This record gives sequence, C-alpha cells and structure tokens, in this order.
Amino acid sequence: MREVAIVGAKTTEFGELWEKSLRDIVVEAGVGAIEDAGISGEDIDMMYVGNMSGGKFIEQEHLGALIADYSGLAKGLNVPSTRVEAACASGGLALRQAIQAVASGYSNVAIAAGAEKMTDIDGSGVTDALAAAADREWEGIQGATFPGIYAMIAKLHMAQYGTTSEQLAAVAVKNHENGMNNPIAQFKSKLTIEQVLKSIMVSDPLHILDCSPVSDGAAAVIVVPADEAHKYTDTPIYIKASAQASDTIALHDRRDITTLDASVAAGKRAYEMAGLTPKDINFVEVHDCFTIAEICAIEDLGFFEKGKGGPASLAGETALNAKISVNPSGGLKSTGHPVGATGVKQAVEAVHQLRGEAGKRQVNGAKYGMTHNVGGSGATAVVHIFSNER
Amino acid sequence: MTVPRFWREQQSRYNLVGSHCKTCGNYYYPIRNLCPECRRDGDMEQYKFKGTGKIVTCTVTHTTSDEFNDLVPYALAIVELDEGAKLTTQIVDEPEKVAIGKRVHSVFRKLGSDGDSGIIYYGTKFELDKE
Repeated sequence: MREVAIVGAKTTEFGELWEKSLRDIVVEAGVGAIEDAGISGEDIDMMYVGNMSGGKFIEQEHLGALIADYSGLAKGLNVPSTRVEAACASGGLALRQAIQAVASGYSNVAIAAGAEKMTDIDGSGVTDALAAAADREWEGIQGATFPGIYAMIAKLHMAQYGTTSEQLAAVAVKNHENGMNNPIAQFKSKLTIEQVLKSIMVSDPLHILDCSPVSDGAAAVIVVPADEAHKYTDTPIYIKASAQASDTIALHDRRDITTLDASVAAGKRAYEMAGLTPKDINFVEVHDCFTIAEICAIEDLGFFEKGKGGPASLAGETALNAKISVNPSGGLKSTGHPVGATGVKQAVEAVHQLRGEAGKRQVNGAKYGMTHNVGGSGATAVVHIFSNER
Repeated sequence: MTVPRFWREQQSRYNLVGSHCKTCGNYYYPIRNLCPECRRDGDMEQYKFKGTGKIVTCTVTHTTSDEFNDLVPYALAIVELDEGAKLTTQIVDEPEKVAIGKRVHSVFRKLGSDGDSGIIYYGTKFELDKE
C-alpha cells in the first residue's frame, strides 16, 4: 500500500446558489482543485463524486458520467468516474475511495469531489429526501424526520448525562463564531445562546438554530502518491489514516442510542492506523448536522468522556485554539451542509489549516487534523487524519 | 409506497410480528431472515410480540414533510418491547404527556395514504398505558 497525499483543494461558496446548477458547482470546485495542484485535467486518471440524492434533489442520477462530461474528461479522455453514496457521508467516502485507488496503485492522480444541490426542491421535499438516509420502512413511515431522530438522541443524552439546551446552543454559537471568518460559509453571522433557544422548535429539544441548513455547494481534492507529492506542491498534506465503519441503519437498533458506535470504531481504526491518540490531534472537523451530533462526536472520538461533551462545549473548551479546536471552519451549522459535499469540504478545511492558510480561523501550530463525516443517524462514519508532516 | 411494497410487510405492520432467534434468544422487529448476532448459525422463527413496552426516548415533532403535516405536533418515540426488541413509533397521546420511561401498548392505526384516491396504509402505533 502506498502512502498518499493531497496536493490540491477547493470548496465553492456554500449557500442558496440559485443561479448555479449541480454541474456548475462541481466543475467550479474541480477546476479550483486542479489549479491549486498546478496540474492539468489530462493528468487525472480516476474520478469520484460523493452525492447523496441527485435523484431526489434534481432528478438526476448517473452523476459520475455527468461530472466527467462537464469537466471535459469524458469525451476523448474517457476518464473513469464513479458516484459514491452513503447519505451525508458520501463526500467522506468519495475521498476514501480516491485514497484507496491511489494507495493500491490503480490510480496515480485521483480527484475526489463532493456535491449537492438541495435548493431546487421545496422544504418538504428536502425533509423527505433526507429521511431516506434513515430506515424508510421502519422509521420514516412513522413520521420520523432527521431532526426527529437526532432529537431522540438529544433527549436521551439529556436524561442520561444532564446535557442542557444551553449546552446544545453553545455548539451552534461557537460554530457561527468560527464561520464568520470562513469566506465560503453560508451564515457569517454571530449567534447568541438566547437566539438559539428562542428560535422555533423543529423537534423537541432541537430548535431550528440547532440544525444545519439546507445548502448547495461542492468541494474537491486531488490525491496523489506521497512519494510524488513534491512534484506538484511544496506543501503536500499527507493522509495519516482513512477509516470507515458501519452500524445499524435504524437508530432504535443501536447498542447505545447516545453513542454512535460507527464513529467510535472509525475513530479507533484511524488512531491506530496513524499511531496517534486524541491528545495528538490539534483540530477536528466533526459532523455537526445538529448540535447534539457535535456533542456525541467529540465524546465518541475520545476528546471528552461520554456525557462531558455538553459542559465542555458550554465552557468553551472546543472553541478555536482552546483545548481542542472543534470545527474551525464553522462546521455544518455555519458553513452549510450540502450533504454530499460536506465530507470533502472538511478535508479542504484540513488542508487549509495544515498549510497555515486559514486566516482568522487558523489553528495555531496545527500539525494533525481529523475529519469526521457521518451518514444517516450514524449508520456510516468516515474518519480521516491529515498531517503536514510525512 | 406501492401496494406490493406495503403489502409484503403486512404481518409486521398489522400484527407486530418479528423474529426470534432460537440460537441466541434475541428478538427482532420487524421480521429478519438472518440473525444479526448469530448470522448463519442462527435459527429464526416468526414471533408475534405482546405489544407492551416502555419509552426509551422520545421527541415532539413540529416541522415535518407534507405527508405528516396534518399530524403536527406529534410525539415520536423509540419503544423497547418487553421481549427486548426496539422500534420507532408515533405515540398517539397528547405530546406533552409522552416521556422517557412511560409504559405503552400497541394500537392499530392509520399510518398514511397515497393522496385522496390512493390506498390507505394501516399499521401499529403505540399509546400510553392508563396511569
């Protein structure tokens, strides 16, 4: 197995991009990543695109070929292109596919993109499309929405560990604080705990401001063998670990409803692969699709003891350059959550942080960064560890 | 949902039928053909649950998709059946009465319909036991 590095990275603006189509944004991200790597499209020999639900959101499947076509890599060059789906973890999985392709020797220059266009259908349609990430037959049919499912995690976390609505709100407030300094963020606005608590209730105890938004956006990275990385850039970012784990599709079948065992397993595998522990990690981009999800994530990945994630969040221990910088990008909450794009966007943020080019949201002396991307309510988890040192 | 897709799960939806593995003793809802614990060593038989259990966690949903809009606010819960299997269900009581730990029992209810002229789906929801 070859070691692997990222040599190019780009995220489009995230938000309600009315004037742009899915193919527009994915090409924008892809071209940006190619330019960042200083390569030409012809150098790419493998393409992966993470996308959760083109079929539901824009009634378009067969996205691998579509993207290759509109990137100018289909006709003539015939570059193989594969769409990867694992609900909201599609992007992280696309990255993992590209890493595996390069590590195995099947590919020398792979591009991993993630993209979602969610605002071409109405809110009810989005809710229904996202509900497909859970068990349609045995959760969705009872009216379980995604906020509803995470609300049940939150409710039990509160009952078991005394987690409060203020602690949940603190996650959103901190992520907006970070997102204000991220040029691509959908919401660059300051938020207060009071505003979160006064916002409308979606599914008790989750308010609308506990939820990540509906977004359009795309991101892409260029993956090459580590031995060749310096051919492309002076600042390659090395993949220290790529791990993935599965759990039951329905929340009700989990071993423990307030622990995402897939996150725990993927985290453990990643730490082992990299030879690192949570103490070594300088920042982590976690999958905060809801505020409770960030609290579970920082516990499940070993940064805080189970049940201590809420108090730690309220105490500011997860703020930029505090005990552990959690979601320096602004997370899904402030940056936006175009579902298929998120996992790749997290990797792009890791690249910016580790190159030291994150501006006002820079994590001081960042050497090891982790990304954590979740599909559904925790049926898939993907964890990557990156470093600027080989 | 098409007729065959709904119809093939009728036993589980109408009568709360799941599976019991004679090897490990675990109960599952809905019916599973392969025991996730024992896999090929498992010995699955169909089992009709008693329909009693308690609320493990719950929420009141205020914002939902068009299909469930007429019901908001509605209570949703994960119920642990007395045999040990868990499932996700609506609780058909006033939402504010629904709480973790409360005892519930199954009831036969409408689950949804395909518009005004399509088929109506029935199945199992739960309600709180009288205190």
